[in-house]
Amino acid sequence: MKKVKTWEYSPAPESTDHIQLKDKYDLFINGEFVPSSDGKYFDTINPSNEKKIAEVAQAGKADVEKAVASARKAYDKTWSKMPAKERGKYIFRIARLLQERAREFSVIETLDGGKPIRESRDVDVPLAAAHFFYHAGWADKLEYAFPGRTAKPLGVVGQIIPWNFPLLMAAWKLAPALATGNTVVLKPAETTPLTAMKLAEIIQEADLPPGVVNIINGAGETGRHLVNHGDINKIAFTGSTDVGKYIMESVAGSGKKYTLELGGKAANIIFEDAAIDQAVEGIINAIFFNQGHVCCAGSRLYVQEGVAEEVIAKLQKRMDTLIVGDPLDKNTDIGAINSKMQLDKIKEYVKLGKNEGGTLYQTSCSLPKKGYWFAPTIFTDVSQSNRIVQEEIFGPVLAIQTFRTVDEVIAKANNSPYGLSGGVWTDKGSKIYKVSQDIRAGVIWANTFNKFDPASPFGGYKESGVGSEGGIEGLSGYVNLV
Amino acid sequence: MSERINIQKTYKLYIGGKFPRTESGRYIKWADKKNSTVVNICRGSRKDFRNAMVSARGAVSGWSSRTAYNRAQILYRVGEMLEGRRDQFMAELTLQGLSKKQAEKEINQSIDRLIYYAGWADKFQQIFSRVNPVSLPYFNFTSTEATGVVAAIAPDDSSLLGLVSIIAPVIAGGNSIVIMASESFPLCSISFGEVLYTSDVPGGVINILTGYRSELIDHFSSHMDVNAIIYCGDNEDDKKLVEMNAALNVKHVIQFPVQDWAKDQHQSPYHILKCQETKTTWHPIGV
Repeated sequence: MKKVKTWEYSPAPESTDHIQLKDKYDLFINGEFVPSSDGKYFDTINPSNEKKIAEVAQAGKADVEKAVASARKAYDKTWSKMPAKERGKYIFRIARLLQERAREFSVIETLDGGKPIRESRDVDVPLAAAHFFYHAGWADKLEYAFPGRTAKPLGVVGQIIPWNFPLLMAAWKLAPALATGNTVVLKPAETTPLTAMKLAEIIQEADLPPGVVNIINGAGETGRHLVNHGDINKIAFTGSTDVGKYIMESVAGSGKKYTLELGGKAANIIFEDAAIDQAVEGIINAIFFNQGHVCCAGSRLYVQEGVAEEVIAKLQKRMDTLIVGDPLDKNTDIGAINSKMQLDKIKEYVKLGKNEGGTLYQTSCSLPKKGYWFAPTIFTDVSQSNRIVQEEIFGPVLAIQTFRTVDEVIAKANNSPYGLSGGVWTDKGSKIYKVSQDIRAGVIWANTFNKFDPASPFGGYKESGVGSEGGIEGLSGYVNLV
Repeated sequence: MSERINIQKTYKLYIGGKFPRTESGRYIKWADKKNSTVVNICRGSRKDFRNAMVSARGAVSGWSSRTAYNRAQILYRVGEMLEGRRDQFMAELTLQGLSKKQAEKEINQSIDRLIYYAGWADKFQQIFSRVNPVSLPYFNFTSTEATGVVAAIAPDDSSLLGLVSIIAPVIAGGNSIVIMASESFPLCSISFGEVLYTSDVPGGVINILTGYRSELIDHFSSHMDVNAIIYCGDNEDDKKLVEMNAALNVKHVIQFPVQDWAKDQHQSPYHILKCQETKTTWHPIGV
């Protein structure tokens, strides 16, 4: 296809002048910033240039003990005794403070995680604030959420969150837990600890009673101490299905509750009667949003045969216009891969896809020399049994197949151990209802993709998880109904 | 004239709408307290369970796509059939050790529980579904959907009411179920299969096995095509085993302690919700 000549975009970098970052971050326990007991710190780097941003205290077993004890004390002494409406006001306060400092948080999120500033500014941070605001109002209205039952808090909740939406996941976990009267020990991902530590500052500013929220950093080892701690009532986890299974095994027989938001391999289905240009835009959003580091990414594309050639040609053309580069540039569409480890995994899968016989198309964009980068990639000529069709890659890699009939595509879409999300594109309303009913997944985007809202429950079927987050369903994971 | 010889019943399994014997050919001798009646109960095997799972998986899409009104009527029909077979259940429950009065109460409550859930089958979705006020120009709604195939270890101490209290909310919600009957009191659990057989419940939607808990719990909870596992009981080792096995394919785990199933608090639309998934659908609003 003939390349369309377009104007170059001038650089439009977001300023980093106004952000306040320290060289060193401690643990946030009992309302105070404290060093780790064994004095261990680890570096957090900017994945777009591999430069160190700050060092962060690594929580060991003793620190986990301290954090849980502080959460237990806060639960017993203050949080569970406080009138619900007052509890709500603290959460509203956090929402407001976050809104006021939104730009600073966006910039830090982009520096620490590599995602485009446009996304952290327009999606991550505003949604994080919205989650606090939405849930704050629930605190004193829980009797309307669960008719016929009384909702009681669980106690101390351990929360473990991933690196793909660091602040948003923190808000997503903290807000409903606090609104329902629980206290929390939160562990952010080790590659993206900074916005959670900035959130700790806001929590301190908001005067939240000490110990209600504790934030500790570290990798898998820290998470294990938290999961296995005897005084935790619930684990809320977002991450890989493997770790989710490990958590289920670890808490077996302990009486601990759990909510798990695990992996996905969403089918995005394009019917012949879809608005093709919109669908192409939707495919781009489904797989390349946040570098494809999205558990609900539309990573399996199913195109009806009659339009397959057209859709793929238009998709390639649109991919060529994607701007990959400096995450702080407001024009950037695709930022840096979050870590070297993740980049290696993506490369491994792309190699595998080629070996399995897939036909690869990659944009010819120039990638920065330093940092972790991967060009938008699609595979055609793949089949249902290929590993790149079955397994979650968590990167900007799309596997494309075609189909003829509705029954066929539903069978293919459901032929996966996952069931987190799905997409359907058609102009026919009745077909939308049919297909969205038959896809075994928790979130269906019809003629759209990757939309999120605090009022909208999010959770998976099958090996994509247990329980939902957001909306009334999300509240139910943090209460006992008596 | 000589005295008439009774015809004794052969107790079999209930799988896929049929009454097969266990494929294993094994049996468990069951006798009442006075040892006046002795029967051979099928000692269900792993293979029986797997066969039942095939039936349950095959039945679930048809069952869950029936109208809620239809499911409600079929549950009501089960209640009707149980009402009509009171004598049979009286005989079995008293043989299992209940007094006449207790047996009558258990039958009444079992029928009432079926009617209770029949009434919920076409309403619980309204209670638990909603339109969500998202801050984007989208129509966004959340509804419940059957989890799929449920494997259940029924209460051991409550052979009819306990069994009904587990089965009814699961199938009211559009799931299919493979349930292990009370090991201690298996008689009327098997006879309940006969009620189902005459109640328009499609074959495979409800499957009932008998056997040893200690043998079958591992298979029930580790099978990779089970979506949710229900365990009724207080054995800590069993509970842990069920939860460990659930991790294999991220099954939902639902546990009930030994409890008096006669109490009204043990019937609830929230029990239906335990075997439901939450589906949220987004669509743009615009012209």
